[in-house]
Amino acid sequence: MNVLCLVELDEAGVTDASLRALTFARSLATGGPAAPGATGPVVAAVAFGPADRVPASLLGRYGVTEAYVVEPSALDGYAPQAWARTLEGLLSVTLAAAVVAAGTDCGSEVLAHLGALTGQPMAANCLTASPEADGTLAVSRQRWAGLLIEDAILDGTPALLTVATDVVPPVPVDDAADPAVLVHEPDLDPADLRVRAAVSAGRDGGVSLATARVVVGGGRGVGGPDGFAPLEELARLLGGVVGVSRVVTSQGWRPHTQQVGQTGTKITPELYLACGISGAIQHMAGCASAKHIVVINTDPAAPILSRADYAVIGDLAEVIPALVAALKERA
Amino acid sequence: MEVAVCVKRVPQVGGRIVVTPDGQDVDTRMSGFAISPHEECAVEEAVQITERLGGTVSVLTLGPAEAADQLRDALALGAHRAVLLEDGGREWGPAGTAAAIVAEVRRRAAEGPGCDLLLLGNEAADTGDYQVGVRVAHGLGWPCATGIKHLEITGDGARARREYRGREETFEFGLPAVITVKEGINLPRYPSLPGRLRAKRAAIEQYQPQWQPEGLRKRALRVPDQPRQQATVLGTGADAVPALVRLLEELGVLK
Ligand SMILES: Cc1cc2nc3c(=O)[nH]c(=O)nc-3n(C[C@H](O)[C@H](O)[C@H](O)COP(=O)(O)OP(=O)(O)OC[C@H]3O[C@@H](n4cnc5c(N)ncnc54)[C@H](O)[C@@H]3O)c2cc1C
Repeated sequence: MNVLCLVELDEAGVTDASLRALTFARSLATGGPAAPGATGPVVAAVAFGPADRVPASLLGRYGVTEAYVVEPSALDGYAPQAWARTLEGLLSVTLAAAVVAAGTDCGSEVLAHLGALTGQPMAANCLTASPEADGTLAVSRQRWAGLLIEDAILDGTPALLTVATDVVPPVPVDDAADPAVLVHEPDLDPADLRVRAAVSAGRDGGVSLATARVVVGGGRGVGGPDGFAPLEELARLLGGVVGVSRVVTSQGWRPHTQQVGQTGTKITPELYLACGISGAIQHMAGCASAKHIVVINTDPAAPILSRADYAVIGDLAEVIPALVAALKERA
Repeated sequence: MEVAVCVKRVPQVGGRIVVTPDGQDVDTRMSGFAISPHEECAVEEAVQITERLGGTVSVLTLGPAEAADQLRDALALGAHRAVLLEDGGREWGPAGTAAAIVAEVRRRAAEGPGCDLLLLGNEAADTGDYQVGVRVAHGLGWPCATGIKHLEITGDGARARREYRGREETFEFGLPAVITVKEGINLPRYPSLPGRLRAKRAAIEQYQPQWQPEGLRKRALRVPDQPRQQATVLGTGADAVPALVRLLEELGVLK
């Protein structure tokens, strides 16, 4: 089956989420029965930006056989419906039976537009997809931010799928060849450009919650806005940042940008040190990808202890200052 | 300014999520229900907009008869009107949900002042389909922005911002429009006592939209394997600090 995949570019070339989506697209393309006498299936990528910024060899390493690029002269910047219209136009060029994108804000939005433009269903945050004998796809996808998995049948032509950003690993191919990079001119409708992004630089250059190596988490057990100073100091000593539970943001103790969880940020640190947090599943949805979880909690029966590696049973107001003192002494 | 907000009733699951024996639903015998968090913020945003610019907030849900509770929660926060689209006991997919919302917006426009702004959550907490708002926008032919965390409504236009990959994206477009928001756009207020009393007495309009089959068909739900086991306890109170420091050293997170 031929598959078309939306690729998001960044300073490093291609975003991690898009490499995962390409890996997913490749396994979907090669998973079905090959047409007799046909050459291998097409894994087509489409990216938006200057052609000389499209990293052909990186795309080749992730199994892309044809790369299409829409240059700024044809479509400048992010306009979700125009990007979807471009994908729609590429369906007949690539003969794609499925369109895949990363389950990011951008990928989800563009594929939702494509679903509306084509009148087809879209399966969000997929983990697997494989063709069935009747031409449908058997998919598994995340619900509840990954707390549940839905096994489903996706019956649409083209099949539209976004890929969970935190589960499918990015895997390169063994026999990579650079794909040709073809400049594509999309056929757009004026209404496609009604909504388009003006992009400005982010606010601060500090360590971001999503990518921090160490996150010191604080929950209701911190007790109030003043209780966060020792957590901040500990995070500084560990070269990390503070993350919080929803109770903390809904009380207004800390801004929502620091919230970890289903409706906050998903974190992927080496160490998550969760202090005064009970471990509600919506919170765990945001930190399940942490390499190590260490807990400080007064309650040995708190649910978070059954999802953590190590725990200290005790009052965080006592343990954290003692830990800060010990780390300072060591330095 | 006529603002409509679409909300969804979702289970309030706490420490564990359990699937019913037939694999078709989340077991909600032990849980309460609430408005999905992004939509709670959408209600708050709508109320703030009409507090500034005047007008009314209509809150709309597609759900079972019991979803009237969530409509009353929204009324208690300051919404003025409530509409329940009864789901007839079926699970509705994103295309059918969008079609029912579009029909309701059109019905309203035919009867009186139409809607200037339609707010939804970016994604429902339970199904996480990430598309209802966009499909509604196409159905109405309106512009659409998703994942919005900062919104300014200016007379006949909207300026909507979100953060994406460390940068800020700003979208500007005219009304009427569809905007999906995320938690963090505001801090929802607590309902006042008079608000609660008013919500209790308020009438709720009810309609029965026609269910339609979808191309994405659920076979079963399951809980993913959970790799982590019970935590090893390092110790109690400040006495555990030396063991904790050794652990941090072993994990390689000390500079
Ligand atoms: C749809 C939905 C989405 C949600 N999304 C999120 C989300 O993104 N992120 C999120 O965090 N939550 C989310 N929630 C809320 C979630 O269900 C919980 O309510 C919340 O995570 C609980 O926060 P908490 O652990 O800080 O508080 P609590 O559950 O009250 O736990 C406090 C913990 O602190 C411990 N403690 C108390 N005092 C001390 C002390 N002095 N020292 C040490 N420990 C102490 C207690 O033993 C307890 O374990 C969501 C809920 C819903 C319904």
